[in-house]
Amino acid sequence: MGELNFKYDVLKNDFTCAGEASGKIKRTLKDLGFDSNLIRNVAIAVYEGEINMVIHADGGVITCDISPEAITVVLDDKGPGIPDVDLAMQEGFSTAPDNVRQLGFGAGMGLPNIKKYADDMLIETQVGVGTKITLKFLVK
Amino acid sequence: MKVKELTEILEGNVIYGEDFLDREVFTACGSDMMSDVLAFVKEQAVMLTGLVNPQVVRTAEMMDMKCIVFVRGKKPDMAMIELAEEREIPLVATDLEMFTACGKLYEAGLRGGSGR
Repeated sequence: MGELNFKYDVLKNDFTCAGEASGKIKRTLKDLGFDSNLIRNVAIAVYEGEINMVIHADGGVITCDISPEAITVVLDDKGPGIPDVDLAMQEGFSTAPDNVRQLGFGAGMGLPNIKKYADDMLIETQVGVGTKITLKFLVK
Repeated sequence: MKVKELTEILEGNVIYGEDFLDREVFTACGSDMMSDVLAFVKEQAVMLTGLVNPQVVRTAEMMDMKCIVFVRGKKPDMAMIELAEEREIPLVATDLEMFTACGKLYEAGLRGGSGR
């Protein structure tokens, strides 16, 4: 298998469709025959990231590179950026508005969850410019 | 525990998934907070929730969950049912409250899984 690349647009404020991109990535990995635990880790982490893009940013772009050694997912948005990454990484810290909480999100578990499920996580963020999160999942 | 059994125990109705009643679930979780559900992987789990929106189905999809139970008489809308059909996740509805529904399944031998 060579390297495969996929790109998905995440629309802003489209809560109904949040999860479309992660679902597609999940099904693609399944079709390619990856281990189900690995697929679940990717799916959960990307889904959390996708939800974050819908909640906090004006949508964004998710790219997924698949190679036999690793799955790399980049979540890139032009949102408000994260002023304090350490604080955002704390379980329970959330800036999500009430309407998001009513939908079952905004418990302040998103970023900690993403870190937990990915083998490597890099956050590049600038207030007023956007946030880029690069996730790596190793194929064992 | 099969989906059929848990439906009987909860005096529930199958909204979608008559074809999947023999599916086995080994663990369960009950939450209205999808963020919390996503934090704890359970093997072949059933999710009990009082939350009704498409993200419930999507959360179950990402977690490879085998069944969703709506408690407190909550009913999913058509969009949710269609999404569940696409993802082949059976939906069950019960009038029982969350605490009672979880208690009945626990009493019948279902457990919460290994946690994190």
